[in-house]
Amino acid sequence: MQALSKLITQAAAEIAAAIDLAALDAVRVIYLGKRGKLTARLKALGQLPTEERSTAGQEINKAKQDVQGHLNKRRAALEDAALQAKLAADSVDVSLPGRGQSIGGRHPVSRTQSRIERIFTNAGFGVRSGPEIEDDFHNFTALNIPENHPARAMHDTFYFPGGNLLRTHTSPVQIRSIVEEGVPIRIIAPGRVYRNDSDQTHTPMFHQVEGLVIDENISFANLRAILHQFVEAFFESKVELRFRPSYFPFTEPSAEVDMRWGEGKWLEILGCGMVHPNVLESTGIDPEKYTGYAFGIGIERLAMLRYDVPDLRIFFDNDLRFLRQFR
Amino acid sequence: MKIAESWLREWVSPDLDTEELGHQLTMLGHEVDGIEFAGDDIADIVIAEVVSASKHPDADKLSLCKVDDGSGELIDVVCGAPNVVQGMKVPFARLGVKLPDGTELRKVKIRGITSYGMLCSAVEIGLGNESDGIVSLPLDAKVGSSLIEFLGLPDAIFDLDLTPNRGDCFSVLGIARDVSALTGTDLKDSSVMAVVATIEDTQPVELVEPVGCPRFAGRVVRGIDAAAKSPIWITERLRRSGLRAISPVVDITNFVMLELGQPLHAYDFSLLQGPIRPRMAKAGESVTLLDEKIVELNDDTMVVTDDSGPIGIAGIMGGLTTAVTDSTTDVFFEAALWPQDVMAGRARTYGMHTDASMRFERGVDPAGQARAIERATELLIEIAGGAAGPLCDASVAEFMPTRSDITLRRDQLSRLLGVTIDDTEIERILSGLTMTVVAISDGWIVSPPSHRFDIAIEADLIEEVVRIHGYDSIPETTSFSQAPLQTVTESKVDLEQVATTLVARDYQEVVTYSFINADANRIFTGIDSELVLSNPISLEMSVMRASLWPGMVAAAASNSARQQDRIRLFEISKSFHGKVTEHTEVVRIAGLATGPNQPEQWGATPEAVDFFDIKSDVEAILTLACGDNEISFRATEHPALQLGQSAEVIRGEVVIGIIGKLHPKIAKTYDLKRAMYLFEFDAEKMLTTTTPIAASISKFPAIRRDISVIVDDEVSVDELLAAVAASSPALIQGVKVFDIYKGAGIEAGRKSIAIGLILQETSRTLTDDDADEVMAVALKNLHDQFKGELRD
Repeated sequence: MQALSKLITQAAAEIAAAIDLAALDAVRVIYLGKRGKLTARLKALGQLPTEERSTAGQEINKAKQDVQGHLNKRRAALEDAALQAKLAADSVDVSLPGRGQSIGGRHPVSRTQSRIERIFTNAGFGVRSGPEIEDDFHNFTALNIPENHPARAMHDTFYFPGGNLLRTHTSPVQIRSIVEEGVPIRIIAPGRVYRNDSDQTHTPMFHQVEGLVIDENISFANLRAILHQFVEAFFESKVELRFRPSYFPFTEPSAEVDMRWGEGKWLEILGCGMVHPNVLESTGIDPEKYTGYAFGIGIERLAMLRYDVPDLRIFFDNDLRFLRQFR
Repeated sequence: MKIAESWLREWVSPDLDTEELGHQLTMLGHEVDGIEFAGDDIADIVIAEVVSASKHPDADKLSLCKVDDGSGELIDVVCGAPNVVQGMKVPFARLGVKLPDGTELRKVKIRGITSYGMLCSAVEIGLGNESDGIVSLPLDAKVGSSLIEFLGLPDAIFDLDLTPNRGDCFSVLGIARDVSALTGTDLKDSSVMAVVATIEDTQPVELVEPVGCPRFAGRVVRGIDAAAKSPIWITERLRRSGLRAISPVVDITNFVMLELGQPLHAYDFSLLQGPIRPRMAKAGESVTLLDEKIVELNDDTMVVTDDSGPIGIAGIMGGLTTAVTDSTTDVFFEAALWPQDVMAGRARTYGMHTDASMRFERGVDPAGQARAIERATELLIEIAGGAAGPLCDASVAEFMPTRSDITLRRDQLSRLLGVTIDDTEIERILSGLTMTVVAISDGWIVSPPSHRFDIAIEADLIEEVVRIHGYDSIPETTSFSQAPLQTVTESKVDLEQVATTLVARDYQEVVTYSFINADANRIFTGIDSELVLSNPISLEMSVMRASLWPGMVAAAASNSARQQDRIRLFEISKSFHGKVTEHTEVVRIAGLATGPNQPEQWGATPEAVDFFDIKSDVEAILTLACGDNEISFRATEHPALQLGQSAEVIRGEVVIGIIGKLHPKIAKTYDLKRAMYLFEFDAEKMLTTTTPIAASISKFPAIRRDISVIVDDEVSVDELLAAVAASSPALIQGVKVFDIYKGAGIEAGRKSIAIGLILQETSRTLTDDDADEVMAVALKNLHDQFKGELRD
């Protein structure tokens, strides 16, 4: 009969040589199975003299544990190797594109409008809207532009039979909002406006954001501050502005605002002014108590500057190759 | 308005270069649209004298000239101009000189004779657009000297964008006054010497309708030289202001208008019949104008009349019958005050727009008529001789515009501007604008000059102060007044959220026009729009859209033509409904999808987008606002959609939108080769929502039971699921369709629908017996309502 130690050495060698889990199990059966070599030794204990049984039994059990230990270690190693092999077979080309739906995008004009709205709502402005088919009163008369006023000729208005019109600016929302809400008021009103003009630098439809603040002691200095802050917030950089005297019948003083662009060039970006006392009076506001400012910003104009779009008309071509750049 | 720097500087000449002067004009509110530099390109042209001129031996139309250009030698020049004569002073281009068109003069042989230079026409040296021969310079022009020096060139021409409130600035004088006020540079004395009458002839003027003509100045000048020519300094100034020279009389009226801002008219005195009476035209009257057009007059238009009837439309254009001609020797000048409100919009109603009408509509100085007559008389006598009669200056005082003093309060100025400006600065500015300023305790009493008829209220004065003081000198002050906090509403889903959802599902936003072609509107909505523009840009943009689809489908079609295959667009904007007298505007959310339902990619077979792809996109938005059981899709007919693949989307009882497949006939007209699916919703109806109320979540396990039911094809899944859910509302937590089967084993006209039910109780664990009972009730309901049979 072989010495136990030799048996263990032999078992260890066979375990180490087992190339897979099945082979390992076969080795286990040979040594620890019902008819295994170590099992057989245990069974043979009875044939030993009584006084030797205890010692021999302990030795055999120790040998069994050793062999089991080798088996466990080998099993773990083989299982790990099997997993590694399986995972290796499961690897992918990580450079392949992902599957599924892609993503669309906002139109640059909406994107711009949305940013403008966020800037002003953060400062406590409400957002209002008004009808696009307007009456003469709200688009002109209430804004201190009576019939036959020369300023009307500058508006290139689209008319409907009977005298209603497509609003030429977002300013009518000023009137509607003051009448509905009263003062103090602090709002912007973005939306579509229309002018009967179509060439390289004009489209018959475009977008404006109107702004209106009326309260006690609102001043031209406040107007200068808010517009400068707005432009810098919008462009996310320091911007030099200049305010030029201009004329809008519904504001006084009126200004057009230019921003310095590139090499010293001034570009007009918006019109503004202090709400004309006639406008306040026509909406029932006492100009001795309240003052206010108003401004109108061309959304396409800002979008063109912000995104370096050279031609206004491309906004309305809806060419996906252009639009997809704004995802 | 075009204004030459040289002319402006004659009136006011601040110490600024051209660029700086232009900048100051812009900062005064007279925006410089452009500066044109005149004369730079003819610096090398000299003045020469034609010493002799004789016929070319071989060409009738050519002359051989000997020209003295001051160099000491006479130069041989062959000239083709018909007007060349001996003794004439002319612009001369020597050999080697470059002309404005870029050509360089070389000696050339013309019909065998060599020419060593060129006598120049107005066109050749950029002094005019038409040419009747070489330019004949005044005889006092010095031979050998520079032409541009003689002409006061080079010059800069400012193109000003004047605002309609500043009628007083439509002249050299007007702009000069503003520049003077801004820079503090003295203005040239603008008073005009009265011309002494040497004859007694007058033209009677009767102000029979003083509302329409409160003032009318005039003068007769007789015996002028009909052959006289306007001097070059006048024609040059007219040219640089954009006007053509015509004849001395006409040129002078234009010159005075440009200089002083008062439009003038000149009549042939010998053709006037009886007194001049400005009055309102009568309906049915007509007049033949200078441009030989016959105009039917409206009864809201002022006309100038004599005994023959209307002889001109007031302030717009004179008539042909009394116009000055080449043979006119006796002239009657008119300088009238046609009030703004009488002129407003009138020229436009006749489709006209003249230099005079533009000025009268914006207003002219009510005190400027006599001065303009004096200036015109002075110039006419200087240029064409003649003898002046006495000045006629008729006016009706009570109809003249009245001016009141205006109080400017120091506090109001500070309050409106947000800054305090020194009293001395305010007074300096207002006085500089030729206003009379009297200090009082809380401010000033200000009387504006007659030409500042735009100044009527305190705010006008504040604007003037800050305009001259400088807008950019006002500080920027943030106002910290407390704005009341605003509700962030949960009762309506934000449109931004809708846009975000659609973008996440690969929809690209577009912006299409609100006005579209009338046919397209009808094809897509089945309705003829009543919102038709009177003056559309084109027929393609002539009615207000009742649906966003026509614009979007057109956008998709043009992208499809540009080789885009997978197109998914959305737009959130208004549609317009009803009549002009009573219309509604509805914010719509619309979208379309065509091409593959997924982007082209590996490991997936692209399939054409179908109804259920787009329905899932729609459901995604609906989920933002609508409860689980609120929405149903009901098959419908729609003019733009294919029958059998179109549905109304109903919320409760209300139709909130429509979804379906674009009708192939319409698709074909847009040259669309692939199926296109569309949706359009009323945003208000779609996005109104309720605040979620949290329900308790069951701690007990749920049971899932699946059944397959055979029903007739006509039974909609929607109805079926609703019936199942309603059978045991307390226990059925969810119902889902997971398969639809037709074919072998199912009789024709029937279909098998596989439904999964989730059953759950909040207070206990359900038993199989409970579940069996629920299923039995459900099956009974299906059987009773739809003749549904359990499929084995």
